[in-house]
Amino acid sequence: MDTTVVTGKEGKVWGGGESPLNVSYGKMMMWFFIVSDALTFSGFLAAYGFSRFKFIGSWPIADEVFTHVPFLHGQEHPMIYVAFMTFVLIMSSVTMVLAVDAGHHLNKAKVTLYMLLTIFGGLIFVGSQAWEWATFIKGDHGAVQTKGGNILQFGEYQTIDGKEVFKRLAIKDFAATIPHERVQLDRKSGVWFMSEGSIPSYTIEEVTKGLEAHPNVLVRTEQLNEHGHKTVLSREESINQLKNNGKIVVEGANLHVNEYGTSLFANFFFFITGFHGFHVFSGVVINIIIFFNVILGTYEKRKSYEMVEKVGLYWHFVDLVWVFVFTFFYLV
Amino acid sequence: MAHAHQLQILRGLVKFKSVTQKIWGVLILLSIITTVEVVLGIYKPESLMMKFVGMKVLNWIFIILTLAKAYYITWDFMHMRDEKANLRRMVIWTTVFLICYLLFILLQEGGYIESVYSSSYIRRDF
Repeated sequence: MDTTVVTGKEGKVWGGGESPLNVSYGKMMMWFFIVSDALTFSGFLAAYGFSRFKFIGSWPIADEVFTHVPFLHGQEHPMIYVAFMTFVLIMSSVTMVLAVDAGHHLNKAKVTLYMLLTIFGGLIFVGSQAWEWATFIKGDHGAVQTKGGNILQFGEYQTIDGKEVFKRLAIKDFAATIPHERVQLDRKSGVWFMSEGSIPSYTIEEVTKGLEAHPNVLVRTEQLNEHGHKTVLSREESINQLKNNGKIVVEGANLHVNEYGTSLFANFFFFITGFHGFHVFSGVVINIIIFFNVILGTYEKRKSYEMVEKVGLYWHFVDLVWVFVFTFFYLV
Repeated sequence: MAHAHQLQILRGLVKFKSVTQKIWGVLILLSIITTVEVVLGIYKPESLMMKFVGMKVLNWIFIILTLAKAYYITWDFMHMRDEKANLRRMVIWTTVFLICYLLFILLQEGGYIESVYSSSYIRRDF
């Protein structure tokens, strides 16, 4: 038989028996996974872009939505907290590369330390994101949704440093109180398959009455004017708009409606940051597993810390995605 | 792991003595870029608000800085700089091409629907 097996030792890279790309199977598959995951995320972000272009004239302004910083109540600091989160994630990426580098030198003590720091960074990030979600869901001004699904927000003109600026008011600052008996429908009190979400603290009548009673309060619509600010209606228009079109009071955000603007905004926020947060969470879990393997000396015995390198790739990818989410949700 | 590590960034403008030093160098670079983004995002200078190719100059700056950050994360943290050219092209070209294609289609379509909303007989102001 002349079908001899050629082992590719005749100096050809692609002849077999070698790894032409100079990476191990595991690392290459991690790269392929990252490519496919990157395409998933870009699908989400592109869909976000699609919806944003569709509602380009009325999309919420991120600087007005994400203004909170923990422990600083009632103050507005757009960007600060999310910048902190970005630094935390970049920092944990750095400790991850340092762990990989220590792994190249087979330095078990250093790999252990840096892996631990990476895990802490990841936990701080996930915690921050949970806090961000909680603040977003709670909301702090409240708004009214119209029959057409638009959001009406409230505020007044104030003079600050000699300049007249529009300041948002919360519904609870001006709404009247009308005694009424509206009870939340539970499954236990009606038919077993019928229930409703929590009822807003104020009814539309109370908000209308409050608006009429306070001559300083104005309605602001979703529409952006030529300066890129939301349009503020005149006093007369404000009352008309609320009386003719106002339908439900909205506090905070859920998947159906939110006080910031079009419902798609909250949906994309929950979906994309949620999916990213899930990646961070699973990254932390994988990091913890590898961390224990490092402590147990698994890679010490193998004389190779390549596993740390592979989870490192995943961890950096999570950071990479956040860089884009940060830009498209908070900056642009 | 007999990879040779390349120790220079910015096309050889900055050279480092060790891998660890390069990592800190890249961290400083990324921090500077992020700080610039955050400062621009807070103050939003009026001079950068004019439009350039359909988008505000400020937004173009944000996107370019983001791509720069993505480059350094991939090239230095994920060690793409040290991989073989074939692996790098396989990963990068595929991703970049598909993302550009997807973005073009979806953004084009989004813009079209917006034009239908704003110029046709569809009322949304109630």
